[in-house]
Amino acid sequence: MSPIIKVENIYKRFSIDHLEQERYTALRDVVSRKVKKIFTFSSAKSTKTTSSKEEFWALSDVDFEVEAGDRIGIVGRNGAGKSTLLKILSRITEPTKGRISLHGRVASLLEVGTGFHPELTGRENIFLNGAILGMSRVEIRKKFDEIVDFAEIEKFLDTPVKRYSSGMYVRLAFAVAAHLEPEILIVDEVLAVGDSEFQKKCMGKMDEVSKEGGRTVLFVSHNMGAVAQLCNKGILLHKGAIRTKGKINEVLESYTLLEQNLVEVYENGNPGDFQISGVKVLNKDGDPLFSHSEKVPVEVKINAPHKLSGLRLGVALNDKWKRKVFTTQYIVQETDFSAGGVVKKVLLIPCNLLLSGSYSIDVASFIPNSMTYTYLRDICPFKMQDFESDLSIYEGADVGVLNIDCEWVS
Amino acid sequence: MTKMSHTLIIEPGRSEKNYWKDLWRYRELFYILSWRDLKVRYKQTVIGAAWSIIRPVLTTIIFTIVFNRVANLKSPNPGVAYALMVFVGMLPWQFFANALNEASTSLIGNTNLITKVYFPRMIIPASSVITSLADLGISLVLLIIMFFIYHFVPGWSILFLPFFILIAFVTAFGTGLYITALNVKYRDFRYIIPFIVQFGLYITPVGFSSSVVPDKWRILYSLNPMVGVVDGFRWCILGEPLNLASFSLSIGISIFFLWLGIWYFRKTEKSFADNI
Repeated sequence: MSPIIKVENIYKRFSIDHLEQERYTALRDVVSRKVKKIFTFSSAKSTKTTSSKEEFWALSDVDFEVEAGDRIGIVGRNGAGKSTLLKILSRITEPTKGRISLHGRVASLLEVGTGFHPELTGRENIFLNGAILGMSRVEIRKKFDEIVDFAEIEKFLDTPVKRYSSGMYVRLAFAVAAHLEPEILIVDEVLAVGDSEFQKKCMGKMDEVSKEGGRTVLFVSHNMGAVAQLCNKGILLHKGAIRTKGKINEVLESYTLLEQNLVEVYENGNPGDFQISGVKVLNKDGDPLFSHSEKVPVEVKINAPHKLSGLRLGVALNDKWKRKVFTTQYIVQETDFSAGGVVKKVLLIPCNLLLSGSYSIDVASFIPNSMTYTYLRDICPFKMQDFESDLSIYEGADVGVLNIDCEWVS
Repeated sequence: MTKMSHTLIIEPGRSEKNYWKDLWRYRELFYILSWRDLKVRYKQTVIGAAWSIIRPVLTTIIFTIVFNRVANLKSPNPGVAYALMVFVGMLPWQFFANALNEASTSLIGNTNLITKVYFPRMIIPASSVITSLADLGISLVLLIIMFFIYHFVPGWSILFLPFFILIAFVTAFGTGLYITALNVKYRDFRYIIPFIVQFGLYITPVGFSSSVVPDKWRILYSLNPMVGVVDGFRWCILGEPLNLASFSLSIGISIFFLWLGIWYFRKTEKSFADNI
């Protein structure tokens, strides 16, 4: 079956104009600039500042496919590009590069009550909002009773919505949206409002729509619980690029890691004596991703302007629940001190040891019982993938973090 | 709309190509938005409806006093009362001025729609011009009342009125689109609009007949597209002679403005959601 949504290498560029602090241009500024230009014609080159535009890629090389009936959760921090992606999918802005094909009607629900007019009655707003969301009048008329029923506002149908309580307002707005019948539904943060009772009802409706109706849902939310409950697949966006895509559990797990603000590559540009100046855990391609049968290199650099005896380097491994898996240390040898003033050591975590999951490390440089120069906690998150070990078939179940070659005897 | 067979491709520059097709596809939204604008306008305040009567009537009275009594200008057709002539000129002018005002603020007023939902943006200024058209309708009822007051029977040429309303619409819509787009781009442009409208009132033959303009200036005068529209209204309702050369020039300018408005609007439209 061909995918219902195919997103191919989407890029979106915004240019940030340094000249204007405001988001819009004022005519008076343009005019005064032009006039200034005329009078400073001879020294026209001095007006270089005019072109100090900075480009910012809100999305870069976003590429994914969605099968019909999938419920995709799109997660990421603020500014990761989620909203931009949804805006492109719902055609509010155009991508700078790339191509998207959508097979089916798209309805986007970027905010409840979009286009509601406070002066109009509930009845009128149902028609207005329906039309804005892409329903025809015939369709709305057909669904009218159902919508009113779902929103529980029969009594207030002919009251202007400005007199509605915020709960009623949200209920009505969601009811209209929930009765859309597009093949693709794009939803952004609608469940952030309303009481918990109604939220449950909404979740139920969304579930019904996608599971029974076989409709495709793209869902953006900060509510991880809602995403986990509703979606079967996910996409994690980070700084405009896809970080992880696949099963929703995996995506949420890497999002949780990201959310904890873990430093991926630790760098201290101005380290004191014997402090750690850099730590990284990356594979050959520069990604924090390793397979079970691969050694994991933990590279640590210390700023060491002169030799120091007794200096130690400690590394501890944490699993995704922040439990320490093991700790290891190294006594820095005299030969390690180089002329450049940097001690660089790489710890190799043995292969065939760590099972699938997310890990992070603690790193310290210290002299036991005397001095701790640096103690970095919970940095350099990395992921293990296990397709090789005997335990890999239990993917998804909690089988611990280590693959230990134990002996079985009788 | 058929289901499943509906395929949509999103690419840079794509919506440009399907523009007119899209505009047709979203006609239902256009009806609803026009209906909303009308409803809100006449619902919000009783004054709203009354205002569209009070304004032209008051202006007509003042203009008649100033131009007829004080400046001692005469109606070119002695059978037509001066007030009636002013009122007929006021019809398209009020429509134009309202349309310009409504259109220019329409996009900013619908920011939440523009940043949340896709549709051809032209729908919004278009539906606000429709609201002004409804005001024109109310004024036409007033006109009939004035016919009775002044015992005036219009000739057969009044059958052409829809055509001249269309021309007024084209002029207002074209100019409106241009100004709307400018207003999104330059937020302080809205301070200039009242000035344009006020200035326009004096260079358009509303309070006087364009026959008071010397013949050698007539062509230059007709560069103002509203001159043709007002002259057209006076010809078809009151039977005032129509200067064809200047009329055609005005129409030409109107059509040029329509083209300019659409062109500029479409050029800037893509960035509305980013700029607004």
